[in-house]
Amino acid sequence: MVSLFDILGPTMVGPSSSHTAGACRLGLMARAILDGTPERAVMRLHGSFAATGEGHGTHRAMVGGLIGLAPDDLRLRNAYEEAERAGLTWEFHEVELGEEAHPNTAILEVERGGERAVVRGASVGGGRIRVTEVDGFAVELEGNYHTLVILAHDEPGTIAAITGLLAGHRVNLATMRVDRTGRNKDAMMTIEADDPIPDAVFAAIRTFPWLRWARRVEKIS
Amino acid sequence: MHRSIESLIRDAEASGRPLPEVVLSTESDESGVAPEQIRARIGRTLAVMRSAIDEGLKGEARSPSGMTGGRARLLWENGSRILGPRVTTTLARAIATLEVNAAMGLIVAAPTAGAAGVLPAVLISVGEFLEVEEDRLIDAMLVAGAVGGVIAHRASLAGAEGGCQAETGTAAAMAAAAVTWIQGGSHEQVATAVALSLQGMLGLICDPIGGLVEIPCIYRNASAAMQAISSAEMALAGLDFPVSADEVIDVMGEVGRRMPAAYRETALGGLATTASAQRLVQLRPTSKPGKPSGISR
Repeated sequence: MVSLFDILGPTMVGPSSSHTAGACRLGLMARAILDGTPERAVMRLHGSFAATGEGHGTHRAMVGGLIGLAPDDLRLRNAYEEAERAGLTWEFHEVELGEEAHPNTAILEVERGGERAVVRGASVGGGRIRVTEVDGFAVELEGNYHTLVILAHDEPGTIAAITGLLAGHRVNLATMRVDRTGRNKDAMMTIEADDPIPDAVFAAIRTFPWLRWARRVEKIS
Repeated sequence: MHRSIESLIRDAEASGRPLPEVVLSTESDESGVAPEQIRARIGRTLAVMRSAIDEGLKGEARSPSGMTGGRARLLWENGSRILGPRVTTTLARAIATLEVNAAMGLIVAAPTAGAAGVLPAVLISVGEFLEVEEDRLIDAMLVAGAVGGVIAHRASLAGAEGGCQAETGTAAAMAAAAVTWIQGGSHEQVATAVALSLQGMLGLICDPIGGLVEIPCIYRNASAAMQAISSAEMALAGLDFPVSADEVIDVMGEVGRRMPAAYRETALGGLATTASAQRLVQLRPTSKPGKPSGISR
């Protein structure tokens, strides 16, 4: 839903809400999914991002997002220098993802201390973003909540186990979606919460035998 | 947010509350944020708008493409030859914000970055000329926000979807409603100001040179600011418009949907494909590659 500050904002570094603020937020999302500033990043830009990104500061904004600069941080102008100081090395490539892909799509591969994440997302207008794939798994993340994404073998009690853990730590849930992938009878759960997901909860979820894959994603600005 | 100008006004009349109060309580209910916090955030938003104008009028910032920068200052310094300093000041301020935007400066994308010059130029200039108190400017921002919300719902705010009419047209309608309200316009006059301003922007295409938010955007923001003020003047004088604000908004949406893709922010038509534009795009310096590994082609 559109809020007043989607109209009277966002306050942002120019020149384009989709190509600059949105690109920055995609960088922030990749960073949030990796749970820290990456040491290395490879970014592939598709469509309009690739075609007009250069003049819109898209590359700079995305690199800035990776090191944690928000869309309204003037240091985005010097994001390359800031990123070098933060110990990030990066490269950009163009990619053709086909007609189906949103014109402002990017794939970000980020690495940090042996951890690696591959994030595919698009800038969908007004600085808003939608991440549609993480590590090859289909997801739907917009960065507006603290989020848990969990792929689990579809068996009874998985949802209860997770929500029980969250309730035990007094984490208030905003939304919850469960999609069964069909293949291997896996279920993808996306849980959005008002509060950060505590380390203890995430660590406990990772020990469940039915867990196939999980990511914790901090809310981004 | 409200989904029609009609329902917004109906809510105000049914409750006997002023328009800004209706907008504020709706937003507070929907977001769970206290009204005072919303007002405070709008106050901070106005402060960013002012800083962007001040920075733009200094005229120092240049966009990476080199296409814009310094024009707001030129207008500001040369002053008015025809309608007087209020007009030139408002125009210069609209251009100032867009030049700051193009130079990767801090702006408020209200409703979008490409149309970010209109509302600040109109509100801050009118606020200054008529000595409007800050609280009343915040009220006017609430009215502007509600109008933008209705347009977002019924039509579009994106140039890629509806052309420039969706961006600077919406900004003009928001600003027209805001200043009509500031000057004590009736609900009907606020709605008429929305209808008058937006009908004058119908059909405007989005054809930025080189695909960048620079030319003609800086000038379109300036003319949209004038569109807003002239519509407010006419509405406040009691001139009417036979088509309702909501209907004009719907027409804007319809025109956007029927607009060829070449005129929707693709740089594949209009001014963007003229010989002059193509020469400019070839001449402009390319920005430095993304070190250390560069942008591979």
